[in-house]
Formats: sequence, structure tokens, C-alpha cells
Amino acid sequence: MFETLIFVLDSTARLSTPLLLAALAGLYSERSGVFDIGLEGKMLGAAFAAGTAAALSGSAWIGLAAGIVISVALALVHGFACITNRGNQIVSGVAINFLAIGLTALLGQAWFGQGGRTPSVSGGGRFGELTLPLAESLRDVPVIGLIYYELVSGHNILVYVAFLAVPFSWWVLYRTRFGLRLRAVGENPGAVDTAGISVTWLRYRAVICTGILCGIAGTYLSIGQSASFIANMTAGKGFIALAALIFAKWKPVPVMFACLLFGFLDAVAIRLQGQQVPGIGEVPVQAIQALPYILTVVLLAGFIGKAVPPRAGGVAYVKERS
Amino acid sequence: MTAGQLPRWVDYGLMPALNVAAAFLVSGLVVLLIGENPVEAVKVLVWGSLGWNEGIGFTLFYATNFIFTGLAVAIAFHAGLFNIGGEGQAYLGGLGVALACLALDRYVPWWVTLPFAVAGAAAFGAAWAFIPAILQAKRGSHVVITTIMFNFIAASLMVYLLVNLLSKRGSMQPETRTFESGGRLPLLQDVLPGTNFGSAPVNFSFLLALAACLLVWVIVWRTRLGYEIRTFGANPVAAVYAGISPLRITVVTMLMSGGLAGMMAINEIMGSQHRLLIEFVSGYGFVGIAVALMGRAHPVGIVFAAILFGMLYQGGAELAFEMPAITRDMIVVIQGLVILFAGALEHMFRPALLRIFGVLAARPAPAA
Repeated sequence: MFETLIFVLDSTARLSTPLLLAALAGLYSERSGVFDIGLEGKMLGAAFAAGTAAALSGSAWIGLAAGIVISVALALVHGFACITNRGNQIVSGVAINFLAIGLTALLGQAWFGQGGRTPSVSGGGRFGELTLPLAESLRDVPVIGLIYYELVSGHNILVYVAFLAVPFSWWVLYRTRFGLRLRAVGENPGAVDTAGISVTWLRYRAVICTGILCGIAGTYLSIGQSASFIANMTAGKGFIALAALIFAKWKPVPVMFACLLFGFLDAVAIRLQGQQVPGIGEVPVQAIQALPYILTVVLLAGFIGKAVPPRAGGVAYVKERS
Repeated sequence: MTAGQLPRWVDYGLMPALNVAAAFLVSGLVVLLIGENPVEAVKVLVWGSLGWNEGIGFTLFYATNFIFTGLAVAIAFHAGLFNIGGEGQAYLGGLGVALACLALDRYVPWWVTLPFAVAGAAAFGAAWAFIPAILQAKRGSHVVITTIMFNFIAASLMVYLLVNLLSKRGSMQPETRTFESGGRLPLLQDVLPGTNFGSAPVNFSFLLALAACLLVWVIVWRTRLGYEIRTFGANPVAAVYAGISPLRITVVTMLMSGGLAGMMAINEIMGSQHRLLIEFVSGYGFVGIAVALMGRAHPVGIVFAAILFGMLYQGGAELAFEMPAITRDMIVVIQGLVILFAGALEHMFRPALLRIFGVLAARPAPAA
């Protein structure tokens, strides 16, 4: 029983990682007042770029760099549309998702001819599992040994990056000048502008942060968790991340718990597939899969606390009206 | 003409045309990147979609889907609402159609089943839009986010229903039994004498789609409700002062929007597939956003935009056949670019145009 729990929690950590990175990515953009439903597309683009670059170069780090570059490029397209041209942020996000789904599948097939897959990578082309110090020797210690060996150790480096990004994001948002201004520009861009700070440049920096984190998330999917890119491999993870971000009311530490919860639901859903639960019978997997979305709607409805988005979110800033 | 304003024909004609042209230009670059000839690709695309009877039939078949989902997005636009949940609403609409067809197809001819199927499609689609609508109106939950969530909930729900409740006995396929003739719409070539679309599945629902366009035009521009919808969309605060209930307008508009999205299933399920199957919506709901944007949320514009996207779908299939390096994913790329340039970047050319037309307008001034 205890072992099962550890295994479920272990896969929770793995499944939460891409959600966590993407949700933190969305946090930067949305706290600065730029809504982003294109997290999915940026992750997908990054996953493809990472898979391709890692396959060609044989280095996971070059894959990571390529993933980040493509994701930031897509984020800048979003920024150019929404910040510079004051376009609709939702429409722009939809466009980026379409572009990423289409381009990754199209280029993947044209370049590699494997139905949209990139060639499999192994060894240095992937982020392999790290064994933390003492994990092997502590393995036989009851309880703690198993927790340390299975749960804490044995993940690839991006998993640790994701969880370290939580305190780091908290520090950036709440303890730095950049973070203060970023939060301010999401609430009242007029005030920030009056203080002589460029709203445009601030928001661009925020969407670049989003691009970087989405890039890591996508890289994790293609060359961390798997060994190659597969067409549409994000499969809605960007939207679950968005749900987690809302569920966490746009705050970094709650974002981690929301992602862990949604990752846990995913892990449980895989585990329960076709199994009988005593007293309930067979739990439909689809019900558990839909749970993150249902929970988010319930939260949005204001039945469990109230999710208040950044006040200036979704609105382009107009400095002067001519 | 005051400063910062453009002539109407520029606003409604030239600028959208420039935007779409930019989208196709970038698409051409993508084709070049793959190493094919863009001009050849366009030739194949146009010939494949308009050059022969069956091609036209397929183009119109796809256009029917896009008209419904485009109208769904457009009518919500008029109330200032962004219904991004067409995907889920159409999926549920399929359930309504299938239930009507499964219940009646063995006993009555298709024209008796049709009203029930239409009612089912509209009711189920509208029902799926109802909760996001009421949450937006009463609790202020953003309709964009809730409709996205409802797309995913719909997907899970439909998989569950198809796998566990609706699939044929003894079959592992997640789909219902095939409808008998009472649950199948006649092909368009059998309804309109003198037309021939080969084996294309374009059917009676194309006429329904055109009727829906007319209906939407009448509702939005010729009724009191439509006036209230447009007022609410233009200025919600003023609308409240004018005695227009935000709750009523939000809910009624979203119900109509969801109903229209659900109607897409008539074409796909009753007109072509003749059974309810998994993921039959496959993006048509999202493309409705591009169609509505390109058509400037007007029924006439939507028909043209829908036909253009129908051409892309059909021509894209031919293209994938003729040039194997260009898969059908090219269509998705073009859609993305159209949404980007015609939607998010719609004002990109405005400053330049303003300068050009500002100069043109200023020139006669000294002479006068």
C-alpha cells in the first residue's frame, strides 16, 4: 500500500513537471496583463524544436536551447500582436496554438518522414535520470530510504528545475523591483506609465519570461519524459496548466500545489484504468480526466473562494488617444 | 473624414484583404521552406477545390460546417462575448442529432426526423453553452476560460458515453450503430435538380446553413433583440442605462451561439457519417473563430469566408495527394496565419494606411 502510494506520487512529480513549468510561464505573462491561452502552442513548438535539435546534434542541452528559442519567438509574436498592435489577446493565443500544431506536424513530416515524429534520441540526446547522492546506499532504510530513492531522487534535471522555479518565481515577483513593476503593470498600467516606466518594454520582458519557461516545459516533454517528439504531444497540457494557474489565483506557490493536484489526478487516472475500486466499482477514467477542468469551473464560479484575474488583464494599454 | 479615420471601403475591404494577403504570403514562405513551389501549390489547391464537380461538392460540404461554427462565434461577438467553446458545443450537438436519429430512423422518412434532429442539435449545443453563459452573467466568470474548460469536459463526457453507453453491442469501436435511411439527409444533388457533385457528401444541410445565415442576419439587424445584443456589445454600461438586462442578453446570445455550433453536427452526423463517432468535430469549432473574423461577423462575409476555408480543406487534401511533402497540416498552418493576421494583427496596416490616405486626403485641400 505504502509502496503503491510512493509510486503514484513519483509519477505525480513527473506528470506535474510540464504543467508546473507552463503554469509558471503563464503566471509571468498574465500578471503583467497579457492573457495567454497559447501556452499549449509554445510548449508544442518547443517540444518539436528540442526533439529536432537534440536528434541532429546529439546534445540535450542544444535541444533545450532550441526549444527555448522557438518558444520565445512564438511569445514575441504574441507580444507583437497584443502589446505593439493592441490585438485581441485571446485571438492571438488561438492563432499561436494553430500555428504550432500545424507547423510541427508539417515540418516534422517534411523533414523526417516519420508521421510527424522526430528521430529517437538516446544517451546524451536526452535528459537522463539523475541519481542523487546517497540514494543507492540509503535505499534499504525503511520508509525514508524508499521515499528518498523513488520520490526525491531519480528524476531528470528539468524536474528539479521546475520545482526550483517555484521559489525563484516567488522571489522574482515579490522581492525584486522587476516583479513589483510586473505586478503593477498588470493591475494599473497607467500608474506605471506615470512613474516613467515603459509599459511596453515591461510587458515584453514578461512574455519573454513566459517563452523561456514554456520552452523548458516543451523540452521536458520531448527529450526529458520521452525520447522523441510526437505530433500533438502536448495533448491539452497547456490548457490544464492554464486551469492550474487560475485555480491557484495567479500565485506562484499555490500554482505548485494546483499542478501537483492535477498531476496526481492524472497519475491516479492511469493507475485506475480498468480497475475495480472497492465500494464504488469501476471509476470511469474520463471522470478523473475531466476533474481539473470541472474544479476550475467551480472555482471560477466563486463557489470555492474567488479567482480574481489581474485587473488590467486582456486589455491593451493605450498611452495616448489622438 | 476626421483624423485617424479611414474611408469605409478601406476599413471593410482593403484592410481585411491586405491581412489575408499577408497570411497567404507567409504560407507561401512555409511552402518554400519545405522545398516545394508555392505557385504550383496554389494551382493544385484551386483546381482541387473548384476545378471539378466533386471538388466543388467537397468544398461546399466543408463550408457548411464552417458557416455554422462561424455564425456561432459571430453572434457572440456582437454581444461582446467570445465563445471559444464551439468545439464542445458541436460535439454535444452531435449527441442530440444522434439521439433523434437513433430513435426515429427506422420508423419515419428523413424529413420527419430532420426537425427533431435540428431541435436536438440546437438544444444540446445551447445547453452546453448555458452554464458558461449563466456563470458569466451572474458570477462574472470569464466566458473564454469557462468555454475552454467545457470543451475538455465535453470531450471526456462524449468518450465516456460512446465507450460505455452508446456503442454497438459487441463492438469495441466507440461509435453508435449506422443510421437507417430515416436518419440520413439526402445529397444536395438529389435535392437540387441539375446539379452533380459526384460522390461528395454535400447534402441538404448546406441549404439549412444558408437559412441560418438569413436567420442570424434578421435577428441581429432587424429585431429588437438584435438591437439589444449589438448595444450591449458596443457599450455594456450604456446598455444597462437603456434598460437592457445584461443577464438576459448574455444568456440568450450564448444559447443562440451554442445552438448554431451544435447545428454543425447535422451536416457531419446526419448528412455524412450517419453515425455518432469520436472526435468528429476535429477543429471545426475553432476554425469558426477564423471564419467569423474574416467574415467580419456578418453572415454574407461568413459565407464567403466559409467557402474559402472549405476550399482550403478540399484543396489541401488534393495538395497532400499531389505533393506528398505538404501534408494536410498545411491547412492548419494557413488557418493559424489567417487567425493571426486577420484577427490578432488586424490593425497592423492601419498606421501605414492612415499615413497614405492622410496624404491623399490632404492634397486637394490647398486647391480648395
